[in-house]
Amino acid sequence: MLTVATGNKAVALAVKQAKPVVVAIYPITPQTEIVEQIAQYVSQGDLSARYIDVESEHSAMAACIGASMTGVRTFTATSSQGLLYMHEMTNWAAGARLPIVMANVNRAIGPGWNIWAEHTDAMQERDTGWLQVYVSTVQEAYDTTLMAFRIAEHNDVLLPVMVNLDGFLLSHVMQPLDTVEPADFIPPLHLPHTVDPKNPMGYGTLTGPDEYFKFRWDIERSMRDSLRVIEAAHKEFFQRFGRTYGFTEDYRCEDADVVVVSMGTLGKEVEVAVDNLRNEGIRAGSMRLRWFRPFPKLDLMNRDVVVIDRDYSFGFGGVLAHSIQAKNRTGVFSVIAGLGGQEVTYDDIAGFVKNRHIGREYWFGVSDNV
Amino acid sequence: MPKEEFVLKGTSACPGCSASLALRYVLKAAGPDTVLIVPACCTSVVQGMYPNTAVNVPVVNVGFATAGASASGMSNALRALGKKTNVVVYAGDGGTLDIGIQALSGALERGTDFLYVCYDNEAYGNTGMQRSGGTPLGAKTTTTPLGKPEVKKDIERIVAAHEPPFMATACAAYPQDLFRKVKKALSIRGPSFIHVLAPCPPGWRYPTEKSVEIGKLAVKSGVWVLYEREYGQLAISSPSRTALKNPIPLEEYLAPQGRFAGIDPKTLDILKQRIAKNLQRLAREESGVC
Repeated sequence: MLTVATGNKAVALAVKQAKPVVVAIYPITPQTEIVEQIAQYVSQGDLSARYIDVESEHSAMAACIGASMTGVRTFTATSSQGLLYMHEMTNWAAGARLPIVMANVNRAIGPGWNIWAEHTDAMQERDTGWLQVYVSTVQEAYDTTLMAFRIAEHNDVLLPVMVNLDGFLLSHVMQPLDTVEPADFIPPLHLPHTVDPKNPMGYGTLTGPDEYFKFRWDIERSMRDSLRVIEAAHKEFFQRFGRTYGFTEDYRCEDADVVVVSMGTLGKEVEVAVDNLRNEGIRAGSMRLRWFRPFPKLDLMNRDVVVIDRDYSFGFGGVLAHSIQAKNRTGVFSVIAGLGGQEVTYDDIAGFVKNRHIGREYWFGVSDNV
Repeated sequence: MPKEEFVLKGTSACPGCSASLALRYVLKAAGPDTVLIVPACCTSVVQGMYPNTAVNVPVVNVGFATAGASASGMSNALRALGKKTNVVVYAGDGGTLDIGIQALSGALERGTDFLYVCYDNEAYGNTGMQRSGGTPLGAKTTTTPLGKPEVKKDIERIVAAHEPPFMATACAAYPQDLFRKVKKALSIRGPSFIHVLAPCPPGWRYPTEKSVEIGKLAVKSGVWVLYEREYGQLAISSPSRTALKNPIPLEEYLAPQGRFAGIDPKTLDILKQRIAKNLQRLAREESGVC
């Protein structure tokens, strides 16, 4: 069905259709519309879920963990400070192998208070065992949220999935949305380690040095298996609903001499920049990374790579740039742009490409670098 | 009391651990259709080590600060599935009075259908007896080597302010009283809270065989008052009702405990005044004066 929605509303719609049994959310800008929308669905009877008005994000994740252990579908959403506050429990969710789905509306971290888009919040979750996907349109936010439940709950994965959408740039932007009837695209959840008083067991029990690492390896094995599960979900989604998704969204990359890698809404700006650059005779392409965890193998051989990071790891560099360098053993021009909602236009991006300097880092808008 | 045991052989509790004894009675009262939620505390260790468990109901270990919130999620999910399974938190004083107080407050305020049992050994026992909000005035811990300069946090009045349908105090030295209160708590829909005094031989520095005796001295001296408050109606429980007719001097409770060794007269006096004030307050409430 064709409609118009914001990114937040699209996520809420997908959640309603995925029919979670327990939703525990704490409000935070710019995520709040998701919590409000879901509360409304529940109060109107459009979604038959237990909606828990938790008193913090730490408790939101804890409540989802408690609920998920009974084998039911759970959802939460947060942003920025809220995500950082639940960090202890995001680790717990993955360690307890619970397929919780969370929308994270990417926002900068204080101080100073800044409510605008940045990816550093989610980057700080990259080692927790969560699958992470970044979307760029309202349609993609909706489609990916549906896929997230299927992927998280797959028996070969059983890990939580975080769907990332840029604060305001996507969360509050109205775009056309084509909704679907997911039906059995999201099969019923069968959690093999559901808590059952008829079969009493210890969960998260004290685990010694001879055993603990095996559980860690098990997470990594599932993370690797998830590559196949994600691919299958993309394929099945295309077959049922006709929209194509991959680990990356590639635009005019085939013959490109220079490829710009980015995540989130910036990727759409890059596509415009690519068209303009090609009009000037520069063979550019855009590779927008969707899945950051598991990190896919990228086809970047034999061309210049410009990476735009909307995040930063102090004393190290752009997280995406360094991940690509490490995984692909290639030099890149690392651009740090869009922090805290800093405006980045397609003309700015074309400028990054023209002035690229492989092996260097450039902070957009800062005068004393490069 | 049922013969069936849910705390089995093979726990790694210290000798004389009254928290484990209390858990035994709590689970006898709760029965097999129970999920036990345990934040970081002595019971994290006492339950045994993977791949074994010494507790014969599912034990869900959760983050230190999350007992109330984890129970909220689990209770809501179980009720949504139409299951009546008891959701029982078993948490120490650190996980209740200090780091877990926010999640507890939230769970109580939301009317979560669960029982929260706080076993209070008046310090961070699992990490070797550091001061907590539950440590009483004058008690020595590894982080208050001269005795705690502040008074014990009154979690009961904090919980009472949330107006749960049922709350009570208990002690493993009075198993029938504890058993009955757990039964009652689980028969009432909504949140209930039981505050269990848990004398701790290594932490309180007394011989391991004296845990029950110390618990009784706490009640007999009025340091620990056994009561229950059902829908706001307070009733002093019979062991305390009997004991408080002719309470023993506080010194008899403090003397066997190394943590109070050398307590100065001024601190002792403050402790006595606070006991008197508490008894007065409870008596007034029971008689409907306040």
